[in-house]
Amino acid sequence: MAALISEIVYRGIFQKNLASRIARGIVLSARKSGRWGIAFGRYGDSPQRNGIPAKDFAIVADTKEELEQNMARYEPKHVDVTVCVDDTLAKGVESWAWYGLQPINRLTVPNGTVLMTSLQSGGELLKDIHRKDAPYKLALIRAKASFSGLWVYKEDHTEVRILGALAKIAPAFLTLDGVCQAIAEMEWGSDLKVASARKAYERLETREVKITEGNPEVPYSFEMPKWWEMREGVTIPAIPIGKPKEEGKGYVPERNPYFKKFTTRTMRPVVNFDTCVKCTLCWIQCPDSCFDVMPDGTYDANMEACCGCGVCEAVCPVENCITMVNESVFEDNASQWEMWRKDKAAYQGWLTGKIGDKKATVRSHGFRFRGQYEQELEADLDIGGAEITAGIPGENAQHKTV
Amino acid sequence: MAVATKPAPAAAQDRELLISGSEAVAEALTLADIDVVTAYPIRPYDTVMQAIAKKIANGQLVAEYIVAEGEHSQFEIVKHASTVGARVFCGSSGVGWAYAMECLVVTPPLRVPMIALVGNRALDDPGAFGVEHNDALFVRDLGWLLCWIDTSQEALDTTLIAYRVAEDRRVFLPLAISADGAFLTHSQALTMVPPKEKVERFLPRYDRGDLLLHPDNPITVAPQANEDWVIEIRRQNNEAMGRAVGVIEEAYADFRRIFGRGPENPWFEEYMTADAEIILVGMGTISLPIKVAIREMRAKGKKVGLVRLRWFRPFPWEGLVKALSKAQAIGVIDRDYSFGSPFGSGVVANEIRAALYNAERRPPLLSFICGLGGREVTLEDVNKATEMCYGAATAGKSDTKTHWLGVRE
Repeated sequence: MAALISEIVYRGIFQKNLASRIARGIVLSARKSGRWGIAFGRYGDSPQRNGIPAKDFAIVADTKEELEQNMARYEPKHVDVTVCVDDTLAKGVESWAWYGLQPINRLTVPNGTVLMTSLQSGGELLKDIHRKDAPYKLALIRAKASFSGLWVYKEDHTEVRILGALAKIAPAFLTLDGVCQAIAEMEWGSDLKVASARKAYERLETREVKITEGNPEVPYSFEMPKWWEMREGVTIPAIPIGKPKEEGKGYVPERNPYFKKFTTRTMRPVVNFDTCVKCTLCWIQCPDSCFDVMPDGTYDANMEACCGCGVCEAVCPVENCITMVNESVFEDNASQWEMWRKDKAAYQGWLTGKIGDKKATVRSHGFRFRGQYEQELEADLDIGGAEITAGIPGENAQHKTV
Repeated sequence: MAVATKPAPAAAQDRELLISGSEAVAEALTLADIDVVTAYPIRPYDTVMQAIAKKIANGQLVAEYIVAEGEHSQFEIVKHASTVGARVFCGSSGVGWAYAMECLVVTPPLRVPMIALVGNRALDDPGAFGVEHNDALFVRDLGWLLCWIDTSQEALDTTLIAYRVAEDRRVFLPLAISADGAFLTHSQALTMVPPKEKVERFLPRYDRGDLLLHPDNPITVAPQANEDWVIEIRRQNNEAMGRAVGVIEEAYADFRRIFGRGPENPWFEEYMTADAEIILVGMGTISLPIKVAIREMRAKGKKVGLVRLRWFRPFPWEGLVKALSKAQAIGVIDRDYSFGSPFGSGVVANEIRAALYNAERRPPLLSFICGLGGREVTLEDVNKATEMCYGAATAGKSDTKTHWLGVRE
């Protein structure tokens, strides 16, 4: 192997700066040992949208000629290391300008590595990560997803932890010394960050993943048409209108079979159908029209279409009726309304559990009060960061009980 | 009037930075100490405007940064700034460039040395962001100098050369540098950034002389004129375009002398053409997959070479005839289209056909259209084109059909 090809899979906007820092850091670290490199983003992912799965790439090679093979491309055909900086991406990657759902390990070469930041165990993550027809390694850095914004960068050291881990995974290209030198001398100039990279190098947990392990589901995909099969005039057929849910009641719209949205989600709305007042606000305000109208007049968020933006929680006038909770604890996109209809008492128990769970795992999509950044950072750096950090999407977040 | 940016602390050596093609252009603009820059966002050009804005915000460059309300005004503003003596920069992409068209048309006759970066982008519809060269080619007949680049380093170097050429009193024409959207504008590579002193030795101050719009030099720019005047004005433009040839050659020679890098032949890059049986021709980053394919084919004994055109206007026909007529067959790969053109070929293929018309030896020429809308040009595409060229070489005649590669069919 004369080149190291890495992809960094990240959440659009929330992790844009993080991913580009990692990609640059890889090239600059390799440069410290005399190699050449390039860093680029998957062009189709940009301009990006909040939370949309997106990719950056970093390629380092021994010679400029070897590097040339990987230039003028949108995406490498395979990667030695897949870096994934949010564990909900383990469910798959559907970029806003991409077609079909890509398993997180799709480009990873046999015996390559998927490197993730996560608080979950390897076993839990493999319930989400699709099976692969070749063995590979799963390497974990104990950290929660580092989310910030387009104009804000959260200095929680995730970028240097990844670089430190990569020095362990691919020492032939990134030596720990090279990484530390790059961090200290080049872009970031911080001894504290050098220490974080060294710690990540020491603490990296790696396990083999067999071909029998992982989520057995086959992700949806489709064939792209030939030029003569496409309609002329840049026209496409409209999505058919929907139909009543059952017995002429309710309404379920048809949805785009080629573009879903759920891999954008890092938090999921759960609905308390018992307290719903059928005001229609969630249904009207959802930017993706993802609510189906149920025969009883309540609204069920379709989990294939929901991108987890949190607008429904924000507009819902009933306390605790719609709550955004941690996506990573779910393993499917099943209907909540059907579950509720089947057993209302069990549903209440399930709901309470999911809402309770967010205390430990809630994800921050930005900063909502003065001092939150400092608070989060302190927790992240000192104890590894599992504490609640607020940051619930939605304008009325502070009025909600957590 | 022009305001000089306070010089940064001296660095005698080149610095190596990991920057994109767009950021490399912004480095060059800082070194060239531009005075007025106008901006209006459209991808992929917007990466340049962001990079310049950062330079100004960080205090590395003092310049007027004007965000216009559309591309037409964007290009109008720099046109006027240039007539009062400011060194200017602007740019756009795809249909944004098209929206500025009326201004792009009037710039050459007014002899405004405006430098523009065209981040090549497919024209709408369907609103794709990927590269096609048709946007910059809009102005091919109008008196714009046009060149294409293929690396971040070339982006930086060519931007410096662009000011030197366009602002030469013998030329005074606008110049557009074309950078392939995504592959160049959005990809970061290690790039050598020269120190300011070297640039000052290379690039004189912009002196508009008797064309300067200033109370001390009372003139009217662009009075309305009728058929008694127009053809003479066109003739002047044609002369300026002709003089640009010598100025470009001077500029590259000086660039090599001062910076210690840069091509011997400004007009096009020749890659493994010395003994080539088949020569492929293309512009921009298409050179990268072609070079890789050529190395693989040469390992199998096939003597293939590449001519990557840098300058499209002025079009280096004499040099090209010399370089291409020795091949057994020529394959031109266009990342553009010209519907209804002779042979249905792309723009570059037909220019080269025309250039070869008077050549003593005219090898068979095959025309390919590939990589439209930013589709990757693959090694398979290049291999296929080469095989067809070998076929034409054996048959000893050109194929009159234009071949589309990489299309789902």
